[in-house]
Amino acid sequence: MQFPLKEFMAVSSANPWTYVIFGLIGFGFGFTLEMSGFGNSRKLAAQFYFTEMTVLKVMFTAIVTAMVLLFGAVSLGILNFNLVWVNETYLASGILGGLIMGVGFIVGGFCPTTSLASASTGKIDGMLFMLGGFVGAFLFGETEKYFDYWYTHAGYFGRLTLDQVFNIPVGVVVLLVVLMALFMFWGSEQLERIVGKKDMSKEPKLRIAGAGLLAAVAIAIVFIGTPTTAEKYDRLSFNRTEGEEQVVLTADEMLSTRQAYVHPGELLKTMADDRLIASIIDVRPEADYNLFHIVNSVNIPAANINSVIPTLLVDQTPNKVVVVVSNDETAATEAWKILVAEAVPNVYILEGGINNWIAVFGKDEDGITPLATTIVDTLQYVFNAALGDRYGCANPSPLLEWEIEFEPKIQLQLKRDKSGGGCG
Amino acid sequence: MATKSLFKRTPKPYVHPYFGGMVLGIILFLALLITGNGLGSSGATSRLVTAATDLVAPEHVDQTPYLLKLAGGDKNPFDDWIVPVFFGALLGGFSSGMIFGRIKLETTKGPNISDRTRWTMSFLGGVIFLYGARLARGCTSGQALTGGTTLAAGSWVIMFAIFGGAYALAYFVRKLWL
Repeated sequence: MQFPLKEFMAVSSANPWTYVIFGLIGFGFGFTLEMSGFGNSRKLAAQFYFTEMTVLKVMFTAIVTAMVLLFGAVSLGILNFNLVWVNETYLASGILGGLIMGVGFIVGGFCPTTSLASASTGKIDGMLFMLGGFVGAFLFGETEKYFDYWYTHAGYFGRLTLDQVFNIPVGVVVLLVVLMALFMFWGSEQLERIVGKKDMSKEPKLRIAGAGLLAAVAIAIVFIGTPTTAEKYDRLSFNRTEGEEQVVLTADEMLSTRQAYVHPGELLKTMADDRLIASIIDVRPEADYNLFHIVNSVNIPAANINSVIPTLLVDQTPNKVVVVVSNDETAATEAWKILVAEAVPNVYILEGGINNWIAVFGKDEDGITPLATTIVDTLQYVFNAALGDRYGCANPSPLLEWEIEFEPKIQLQLKRDKSGGGCG
Repeated sequence: MATKSLFKRTPKPYVHPYFGGMVLGIILFLALLITGNGLGSSGATSRLVTAATDLVAPEHVDQTPYLLKLAGGDKNPFDDWIVPVFFGALLGGFSSGMIFGRIKLETTKGPNISDRTRWTMSFLGGVIFLYGARLARGCTSGQALTGGTTLAAGSWVIMFAIFGGAYALAYFVRKLWL
């Protein structure tokens, strides 16, 4: 079984269980916050006067526990990390927003979710914080238009994780975060002893064992490592509708049954369809791309295909179809294998590549001469000039009556919520 | 009698922070494992407010870029996972309060300020916090907790900014808490 479960990645009225699952997650969240004492603003504020470090302890224990389990599951190949929502990095608005939140925290004594735990247990200050929150959210909605460009662009780095920032294996980052957290716990206990005058001898010994366990799992993650693209590829499954039937295909079956290959006619239809967004990735060498390419296609030579994956993972518009193109099908198929293994949704290959595209839409066009060649994945046409997409058949009119028959292959996958995760 | 058993009980002590954190971590992990989404709440605040605005002035929503994304045209602002999480959290907090005998109409505050000051400050804090949370695209749960777990670079920066902001101001507002 592959996690996350596709059925539960977004709420959907078609599947009421999605509301139950997310409701239960919220229930557990609120319950734990209340039982940890976060319904009490004084307990929260104590964090900032070093008398009681409960906030830091609960928060970082939660982070390291979840992180070790999460990347443990990724290491074992149970969970596909590329399907997990990772907050996009917006440095400018993030830093400013974070500082403002800090001010709100120390003035109001809560953060949004703890105010829920507080309000629901009858604390008047918690209710007023919640009420103030609605006003704050309203004010933001009304004023965002004055700095919309800055908000969406300043310091934008997309889906960026710490292992990419420091260019070290993810397991090492996990281990370093665990060690940092354990050091902070030790420091917190010293502060509580000195500043908060707390008797630390009554603290449970079990916490030492817990610390050891966390470190041990983190070290195991370092040694197991994360699955390679090939390993992820082998675990893929595709849900397809064939006539009335639902079938599940492996990635190799998608290729062998030709379900991943779209006919040029279907690609043209997709490009012309206002309800769909066709994103054409041309993986040929730049020289071939300059000679001729399909209109609005982007040139990413096959060797660089990994560089577009973070962008494709972030922009998961549900009606977007990615079509990979090479001269025939060889390079495009290899690129397809990488993209689907890395969990990019709705990826297809242009059947017969550019050679087939020209054969369908432009075999009689001036300036394009057929060339007899048997070399794999090269252009079977000679071009009078490197006109790129200014050849007629680079941008064929969808309104003309092409005599084309094709079997439609594109089937959109069910997608996650528009806002993605985080505090959407 | 029923009211008394609900409200006038001796509150049980809070759980140990490491235990609470571990349980919270397991819940967060399960959320990420099953749904691919983490925890959050400030997004729901935004969506609830936008839903109310949409009810009163739908044209205004359609003309405001930020609200347009949440409730423009026939979009339903409730159509997001964060909404059931929000209501679940309210119910979860209430249930924990019930079980441990902490349901009580009261004000939690520092010893040297009046209820009225505390109420004003918590309201003001709520306004400021949520404005910042929407600016940073997530609060302590959506950014610090969830983004921290998935090792999102921006979330770690935000986490330090939150603590930085609070520690920097703590001394000046110490009358509120000490």
